[in-house]
Amino acid sequence: MSTIELEKPITATAQVGAAMVALSDLPRRAPRVRSRQLFPSEPKGWLVATLAAGIVIALFAAWQLLADADVVDTFFWSKPSMVWESAVIAFSNGTMLGDTLFTFTSTIAGFVLGVVGGAVIGLSFWWSRLYARTSEPLLIAVEAMPKLALAPMIVLALGIGIESKIAMATALVIIIQVLNTHTAVRAVDRDLQTLLYSLGASRWQVFTKVVVPSTISSIVASFRVSIGLALTGAIVGEYIGSQEGLGKMIQFAASSFDISLIWVGVFTLGILSFVLYLAVLLLEKLLLRAIRG
Amino acid sequence: MTITAPAPHSTQQSDLTVTNLTRIFTAPDGTETRALVDASFTAKPGEFLSIIGPSGCGKSTLFNAVAGLDQPTSGDISINGSPIVGQQGHVGYLLQKDLLLPWRSVLGNVTIGLEVSGVSKKRANEIALPMLQAYGLGEFVNHRPDQLSGGMRQRAALLRTILFNRDVILLDEPFGKLDAQTRATMQEWLLDLWDDFQKTVVFVTHDIDEAIYLSDRIIVMSPRPGRIIAELPVDLDRPRKPAVVTSARFIDLKTEILDLLATGQN
Repeated sequence: MSTIELEKPITATAQVGAAMVALSDLPRRAPRVRSRQLFPSEPKGWLVATLAAGIVIALFAAWQLLADADVVDTFFWSKPSMVWESAVIAFSNGTMLGDTLFTFTSTIAGFVLGVVGGAVIGLSFWWSRLYARTSEPLLIAVEAMPKLALAPMIVLALGIGIESKIAMATALVIIIQVLNTHTAVRAVDRDLQTLLYSLGASRWQVFTKVVVPSTISSIVASFRVSIGLALTGAIVGEYIGSQEGLGKMIQFAASSFDISLIWVGVFTLGILSFVLYLAVLLLEKLLLRAIRG
Repeated sequence: MTITAPAPHSTQQSDLTVTNLTRIFTAPDGTETRALVDASFTAKPGEFLSIIGPSGCGKSTLFNAVAGLDQPTSGDISINGSPIVGQQGHVGYLLQKDLLLPWRSVLGNVTIGLEVSGVSKKRANEIALPMLQAYGLGEFVNHRPDQLSGGMRQRAALLRTILFNRDVILLDEPFGKLDAQTRATMQEWLLDLWDDFQKTVVFVTHDIDEAIYLSDRIIVMSPRPGRIIAELPVDLDRPRKPAVVTSARFIDLKTEILDLLATGQN
């Protein structure tokens, strides 16, 4: 018994001694000289904007030049000058503006229905764990299902008017918004809720004064994803069957082999989604200020 | 420091009586944890009572029960003789964390108790603003909590507790996370506040010096299962000077508490 107790420290010292010898034998790497700062500084805003614009212009210029030199087949790919001509005709003959407005309207309506409905359902999960736990697997099953596959049925049921496009946009947005809101609701600080209860607050007061302000930043953060999904939903609805909209217009152009007109539709969609994205950023700021004071 | 803050109306003094309070937690597998056993004490009106004990002695369990956040297994809790078991909103409760709402300004945070009680925002602000001025938060009224130092956050949290306007307040290690110097400043500040408002204070701490320096009386608790093992009156004159910590009586009290805590361990 006593020998073991004696031996232990001796072995330990021997081991440490060996380790110290080994450490002192290790070669040390030469110090590094770093003349630059550790983290690259933020670039100037104008420089970023110029570079981005430069890349876009260079791409279009290359496309134009390669098409003029017959390297790119304009039958399949068209070229910027032809796209521009098509755009001027499309916008001046009248239907293009109407189509853009149609897609814009169905996207916005689907987005609003989806995010408001999703946020309300997601927030409602705070009130009952049983209700939340029962709903969760069902929601995940619905989310896993490709909702675009529902499009033909929705168009058949709701007709080829704007209702079916709004329904498609809503369907794409709402589940993801519910799931994101639910995640945020579960992350609400329990101690903050306890504090409110200690002040004699009702559940409704805890909900409005802690749960909603805590989750609002997550709710609005998923708006950015949702707006893109809403646009996709609206376009797919138009592909299935529609009288109006950019999706219908692109399909019409494709069926008549008018590649330039397809590009006009695609670029218009790109600009539309960019504008919508900026609008959503503004909406985020306004909502955060309104709810958090 | 002389304070000229308006005293909150309807201020009266109340006592808090805890009788044979026991809390046993039962895990899903049936094992029982006796967090608090047969605790009885009375905090007299306007008294500063400290509770000291090792981790896991049931101090937080006791506070949660008094605040009505947790249902005790048995026992009674009453304020001025009327039972308050299971009822929230009878006492001001400062939990271990400051729990300031990060999206609200300091003003919005300290008025939340009044807001929950149904006082209009305007009226609450009228009451709170002079208080914030008087107690050293005047220049931070519109700041968000993340812009404040630890000491200032704790002041805001304490003022929120005072502005909830209850006669009994529970403070659960309010200065536990502060550095030694800030802690000393905050102790003086708390004594000023207590002097002005004459609240009945129940104060939990791990710090023996802090307990003796601040309190009229100290309750010593044993580790789990938590029970009260001693009650010591602190017979040091008020107002106390920081130098009191070197006085013979102070050292005697401290020795006595250290002994009690050491015996309680076994």
